[in-house]
Amino acid sequence: MKGLLKFITCGSVDDGKSTLIGHILYDSKLIYADQKKALELDSKAGSRNGKIDYSLLLDGLMAEREQGITIDVAYRYFTTKNRSFIVADTPGHEEYTRNMAVGASFADLSVILVDASQGVLVQTRRHARICSMMGIKYFVFAVNKMDIVGYSQERFNEISEQIQELRKLTGLENIKIIPLSATEGDNVTVKSENMKWYSGETLLEYLESVDIKSEVSGNKFYMPVQRVSRPDRTFRGFQGQIEAGSISIGDVVRILPSNEKASVKRILTAGKDTEKAYCGQPVTICLDREADVSRGCVLTDNPDISSYRKLSVTLLWTDDDELTVGKDYLIKTGTKLTTGIVTGIDYAVNINTGEHIKAESLSKNSIARCQIQLSEAVTADVFSRNKTLGELILIDRVTNMTSACGIIEQLEGKEEKSSERASFTDGVLKARGDLFEEFYYDVNSYNVFRSQTVKNTYSTGDEIPTKGKSYSYPDNFDILVLRDGVAVIVRERRIKELLKFEDYVYSGEVTAVNGRGFEILARTDEDIKKFIEEYRNSDESTLPDIFSRWLKFDTFRKIFISGSYI
Amino acid sequence: MCELSHLDELEAEAIYIIREVAAECEKPVMLYSIGKDSSVMLHLAMKAFYPEKPPFPFLHVNTTWKFREMIEFRDRTAEKLGIEMIEYINQDGVKQGINPFEHGSAYTDIMKTQALKQALDKYGFTAAFGGGRRDEEKSRAKERIFSFRNSAHAWDPKNQRPEMWKLYNTRINKGESIRVFPISNWTEKDIWQYIKRENIDIVPLYFSAERPVVEREGNLIMVDDGRFPLKDGETPVMKKIRFRTLGCYPLTGAVESEAVTLDQIIEETLSSIESERTSRVIDSESSGSMERRKREGYF
Repeated sequence: MKGLLKFITCGSVDDGKSTLIGHILYDSKLIYADQKKALELDSKAGSRNGKIDYSLLLDGLMAEREQGITIDVAYRYFTTKNRSFIVADTPGHEEYTRNMAVGASFADLSVILVDASQGVLVQTRRHARICSMMGIKYFVFAVNKMDIVGYSQERFNEISEQIQELRKLTGLENIKIIPLSATEGDNVTVKSENMKWYSGETLLEYLESVDIKSEVSGNKFYMPVQRVSRPDRTFRGFQGQIEAGSISIGDVVRILPSNEKASVKRILTAGKDTEKAYCGQPVTICLDREADVSRGCVLTDNPDISSYRKLSVTLLWTDDDELTVGKDYLIKTGTKLTTGIVTGIDYAVNINTGEHIKAESLSKNSIARCQIQLSEAVTADVFSRNKTLGELILIDRVTNMTSACGIIEQLEGKEEKSSERASFTDGVLKARGDLFEEFYYDVNSYNVFRSQTVKNTYSTGDEIPTKGKSYSYPDNFDILVLRDGVAVIVRERRIKELLKFEDYVYSGEVTAVNGRGFEILARTDEDIKKFIEEYRNSDESTLPDIFSRWLKFDTFRKIFISGSYI
Repeated sequence: MCELSHLDELEAEAIYIIREVAAECEKPVMLYSIGKDSSVMLHLAMKAFYPEKPPFPFLHVNTTWKFREMIEFRDRTAEKLGIEMIEYINQDGVKQGINPFEHGSAYTDIMKTQALKQALDKYGFTAAFGGGRRDEEKSRAKERIFSFRNSAHAWDPKNQRPEMWKLYNTRINKGESIRVFPISNWTEKDIWQYIKRENIDIVPLYFSAERPVVEREGNLIMVDDGRFPLKDGETPVMKKIRFRTLGCYPLTGAVESEAVTLDQIIEETLSSIESERTSRVIDSESSGSMERRKREGYF
């Protein structure tokens, strides 16, 4: 038995998508008796003069039945003796293209229907283009309604030529063309008696036998971190799904974007310990040392994966509100949610011809190549190379609508070694500091950004730069680097000593700041200990509250105005 | 590439979804209806976070008309796994004496739909996991995995957010909430095969045994307690029956069956000519009735 096949049906309105799937289910005796009875009853009231209307098996929403069209994707599940299938039946109306794209993002194969009496239409081209963009590599063109054109081989050949042209235009891979009639059942599940000139497989035969080969670049391991599991102080595991390669205990992984390295101490796959885990599996990974890992980080052994601030993407706009250049959106890629700005539209794509058109804004269902500037470096890759790291969505910050989906085509602004932030050391202890980050307000995008400009390592006795564009620290203060558990004592602008939190006592005579240079609102050593305790017991949901109660941004810091990205 | 079995693939997808909610949503809860799908959901939640316990509570909306064995099973399971189980009953409905015999669809609305809304509002849950599957019913087949509800808990099927790849958008405005269906892509057969593979505990009512039933409008209804109002001349008879779905006992039809093992149940399910929801009296009203209820806030 072949593996599960996920496919979609698409094509223009009234090309007969729902009817086709309905017919496969009906023929394959894949509908239950009660559903069949309901279908026969519903058909009587319908538009096909009492003949069975197979589309009613799929169009489940009341509005769809009323209007006789498909509005949203319907998923159906069926198993023949050769294979299990999930099919997403998608709407043909241009208005609902974004719902069609939802189906396409899920599928390995696309069945595109073409009405034999109409030939290849704008919507056919649109769907082929979107399927291809969303990563589908296998296409079946089902030339439907052959009964209406008298089962003419000549007509079929004409349409095949149109399809071949479309293929060249859009660069589709792996094409199969089948003449059929969804209402009459020709070449759907049984060979047509009416088209003896066609010697190929029926649609179902083809779907049952096609091999889907997923091309994955190499087998290098990567896993976006979904969640940090910290049930108690003894356990800290990183949960996620392995997107490529495999991982074993003892393997060294890089943590992005911090670029730290650690080795794998323990692996749990759904419920139990294991030595090795594979692509596709959900896992919890424990590392051999305390590392800077949170949701949105990526664990990998692939040296080619990095973090970037600028993305060049192809977007499919899915929002009723138009895209505004310069507006900031929430951007989700992998498990990372951040903010970013669409800084420009290179060109929009004419869905029909593939031609590049100049565009100032983007409206619903249009496709365009755009530039995105992220507010921080995000671990990402080109879609064709590492699919999961190359997918993204844009979310409107006010309406929360998923405004666009897109794929990454090019990356820029690589963070070479982002672990190279300023750090402090006494030879034994080490602490990372973001004290010298600059915070600025960008006048083009109306957003606050930060950048790391000082990346030196300071040892005991070294003088540190206490004055920057957006910060000004006193000569004497204590830096409490929370994630490293180390206090850095600065006296007369020089590093006096580094102390583990356990050995540190706050004198109350100088100001204490956290690793980012925000004042800690503490007067006594007791306050400090309480703050550290709260921090250590925090999780992602409680941390913001703890920070807002204990930290003050603008004691030593401010935000300056800038006309360009730093 | 990733060579997972069909069940492993479904499991991985569900676990991914459950973890996304735990990581991104403010106050999640998992609806627990005690049925086989809920048993699978609970099992997936345990696996997703192991060795940690699921970082959210479980909510059972009790209509007070559930099979007795279901409630026993619920309490036993919660204790064994050490999870937080919240029970919610619409006390107004109880006071008014709302019952499935006299109040028909008002009963479902008051004791299920309204009760669920009250419970979600009372605890301020922003995301609720449900065990709905797309193969169950046609409007479910159209629903996203992350399905949004306005402040009145209503679903707007014509305006669903796009849901691409597994980049789930979990953002909501104040007052809105999300229903999340991690096992959307499972079929009834997958559920049974997974229960078998993972050795998951389910309520014994799924297995055939001699039980007292009466026949009403073609449905075999089990007389589970003394509250069942027998009609004139109606006497419960003992029959070998089991249930394909579990809900309120007066509304759940049994099937005559000899299946006492999981293998026999699976075999029976595969050769069955009727979909499982036929045994729910509630669904057979008219096409579109489920969608209508969901728009009104039914799960």
